[in-house]
Amino acid sequence: MQIKMKESDPILEIENLFASTDNLPILKGVSLTVYPGEIHAIMGRNGCGKSTLSKIIAGHPSYNVTNGDIKFLGENINSLEPEERAQSGIFLGFQYPIEIPGVSNLEFLRVSTNARRKFLNKEELDTFDFEELVKEKLEIVKMDHAFLSRSVNQGFSGGEKKRNEILQMALLEPKIAILDETDSGLDIDALRIVASGIKKISNAQTGIILITHYQRLLDEIEPNYVHVMSDGQIIKTGESDLALELEKKGYEWTDNFLKET
Amino acid sequence: MVNENLVKDVVKEPYKYGFVTDIETEKIEKGLNEDIIKLISQKKEEPKFLLDFRLKAFKKWQKMKEPDWAALGYKKIDYQDIIYYSAPKQKEKISSLDEVDPKLLETFNKLGIPLTEQKKLTNVAVDAVFDSVSIATTFREELAEHGVIFCSISEAVKNHSDLIEKYLGTVVPASDNYFAALNSAVFSDGSFVYIPKGVTCPMDLSSYFRINSGDSGQFERTLIIAEESSSVSYLEGCTAPMFDTNTLHAAVVELIALDEASIKYSTVQNWYAGDEEGVGGIFNFVTKRGKCLGKRSKISWSQVETGSAITWKYPSCLLLGEESVGEFYSVALTNNLQQADTGTKMIHIGPKTKSTIVSKGISAGNSKNSYRGLVKMGTKATGSRNYSQCDSMLIGDQASANTFPYIKSQQPNSEIEHEASTCRISEDQLFYLQSRGIEFEEAVSMMVSGFCRDVFNQLPMEFAAEADKLLALKLEGSVG
Repeated sequence: MQIKMKESDPILEIENLFASTDNLPILKGVSLTVYPGEIHAIMGRNGCGKSTLSKIIAGHPSYNVTNGDIKFLGENINSLEPEERAQSGIFLGFQYPIEIPGVSNLEFLRVSTNARRKFLNKEELDTFDFEELVKEKLEIVKMDHAFLSRSVNQGFSGGEKKRNEILQMALLEPKIAILDETDSGLDIDALRIVASGIKKISNAQTGIILITHYQRLLDEIEPNYVHVMSDGQIIKTGESDLALELEKKGYEWTDNFLKET
Repeated sequence: MVNENLVKDVVKEPYKYGFVTDIETEKIEKGLNEDIIKLISQKKEEPKFLLDFRLKAFKKWQKMKEPDWAALGYKKIDYQDIIYYSAPKQKEKISSLDEVDPKLLETFNKLGIPLTEQKKLTNVAVDAVFDSVSIATTFREELAEHGVIFCSISEAVKNHSDLIEKYLGTVVPASDNYFAALNSAVFSDGSFVYIPKGVTCPMDLSSYFRINSGDSGQFERTLIIAEESSSVSYLEGCTAPMFDTNTLHAAVVELIALDEASIKYSTVQNWYAGDEEGVGGIFNFVTKRGKCLGKRSKISWSQVETGSAITWKYPSCLLLGEESVGEFYSVALTNNLQQADTGTKMIHIGPKTKSTIVSKGISAGNSKNSYRGLVKMGTKATGSRNYSQCDSMLIGDQASANTFPYIKSQQPNSEIEHEASTCRISEDQLFYLQSRGIEFEEAVSMMVSGFCRDVFNQLPMEFAAEADKLLALKLEGSVG
C-alpha cells in the first residue's frame, strides 16, 4: 500500500492504459500516479514498453491509445497534440535526441522556450534577452556557449546530446519531466553533471519520471518510488531499495512477479 | 498515421499575388510571323540593327525544335495562340512617376513594391515591368551621378544603342536554344544595367516583373554590363495572376563582367504555379548566362524558385578570364503538380577558374524536382576547380527528386568535386520539435529553411528574410 494521503492534487494520473502501434499491443494496462515533488523510476528489460510509455505521454503520433486515460493536472490529454502537451508543461527527455541539420540550436531553444512562455502568459523573449537566460541555464549543465551556434544535436557526442536535453528542460521549466535513459552513454563525470542538473531544475512542485536500466543514476537522484515494467505492465512497485535488489538479482527475479499477479 | 496528411495540408498555401489589374491594354493580334515582329519593332521605334537581329532570330527559331530532353511533361505549346505584345495604355511621354496610371502604382503597391517618391524602397532602385513594358524606374538621378545606367532595355535601345549593339546576343546568341531564339525575335522589355569602370554601384538594383494578361506571353530581356573593377548586386522578382490557362514566359538574361568586375544576380521567382490539380500556371523557360570575360571577374547567381507550373532554367557562367569565379546557389521548391528542371552550367575555359554550385531542391505534393547541371573543364582550364553540392528534400511520399550532374573534363590538371544527398523530413524530427512546444507548421518551416540556409546566406540581406518568409508562406496551411 503505497498510496498515502497527499496534500496536493496529482500532476500525472495514468489509469489502465492500453496502447498499440501498427495493431501491435505494447502497453497492456499501465497505471501510474505522480504527485508534486515526487521522483519515480521505471526499470525493466529492453522492449518492456518503458520508452513507449514515455512517448505516449508526450503524444507521439505513431501510437494509438486503445483504452485508458492520461490525465495531466486533472485534465484528460489523450486528444492533445504533442506541442500542446509540451507547452502545458510535459517534458520528454529523449533516449536518442534527434539531429536536425541546418536548424540552429539557439534559435530552436528560443522558439521552444517562447512557446512555453506564451502558454504561461509570460512575455516572449527576443534574441538578446534569450541570450541572457540561456547563458544562466548553460551553467547548470556546464555546456559551452559554442553549442548554441551549432545545428540542433548535429555532430554532438552522446553526452553532449543528453546535456542539451537537460538544458531544454531547464529552459522549459516543465511540471513533469520524463527522462528516457538520460544516463545511457554518459561517462561518470557527465552523469554527475546531468544528475545535478536534474536536481537543480526539479522542486517541490515538479514531478520526475526516470526511465533507466542502471542503479548509478539512482545513486545520484534517489527516487521515491521504483516501478518494474514487464510486457507492457507495471508488475512491481517499491521504494528506492527495490532498485538495489533488482541490481543484485537481475530481471529474472522479477519474472516471477508476473506469474504471481 | 497523422503526419503524412498533415504535411500535405501544410504545403498547401493560397497564392497571394493572384489578382488581376483591370486596366485598358493595348494588345496586338495573336500569332507569330515576320509582320508581327516588324510591328513590335515599329511600336518600340527601334533602330534597324535591332529589327534585323529579331528577324534573323525568328528565321533560326523556325528551323529549330522545342527541346524535349528535360524531365518535364506538359501539353504542347501553340505558339500561334499567344499575344506577343501587350502594354497598359497610358500617356505617350511620362516625365515623372506621378503621371503613371494610379492603377499600375496600386498594383505594385499591392505586390510590396511601392514606386512613388514618398514610399519607394530605400536603398534599392526598382525597374517595374508590367506585361510587355517597363512602367517606372526609381532612383535614376541618384544612380546617374555615379555614372550607373539603370533603365528599361527599350530606353537603352534609344539612348545607348552603341552598348546594345555591342553586347546584345553576345552571351546568349539567338541560335543558342529554342526559347532564346524565340525571345530574341519577340522580346518586349526588361532591364538594362551599365556600371562604369571602377564604380561600386551605390545601391542594390532590382527588377520586378509582373504578368497581368492571361493570353499574352512575357518575353523580357535583361542585359547587365559591369566594366573593369566595378560591382553590382541585382535582384529580380516576379509574380502573375491566377489564370486557368498557361502563360508562357521565355526570358533571356545576359551578364558581362570585365576584368576584376563582379555581378551578383539574385532571383526570387514566384510566378503563379497553377492550382492543386495542376490547372493553369506559368510555363517558365528561361536562359540566363553570364560571361566572366576578364581576369578575376566574378558572376554569382542565386535563385529562389517557388512558382511556375513548369520551370526550365539553367543560369550559367562562361569562365573565360584567368582566375574568374562562377557561383550558383539555388533553392527550388515544388508542390502539388509543379515540375522544375533547373540547375546550372559552369564552363571553365580560362586557367585557374573556380566555380561553386550549391543546389537545394524541395519537393512536396506530387511535384517533380530535378537538378541538371554541367561542369566542363576546357583544354586550357589548367588548375581550375569546381565544387558542387546538390541536396534534395522530399516532403510526403508522392513527390520526386532527381539529380542529373554532367561532368566533362578535357584538362587533367583540374579538380571537380560533386556531393549529393537526399533526405526526407522524418516523423521523428517533427515529433522532436513538437515535443518542445513548436507547432507542426513552424517545425516544417524551420527544417525547410534550415535545409536552405547555405543558399539564403548568399542572398542580399533584405531579400534573404523575404525568401525565408516566402518559403514559410508556401508551406503554411491549416493543420489538422
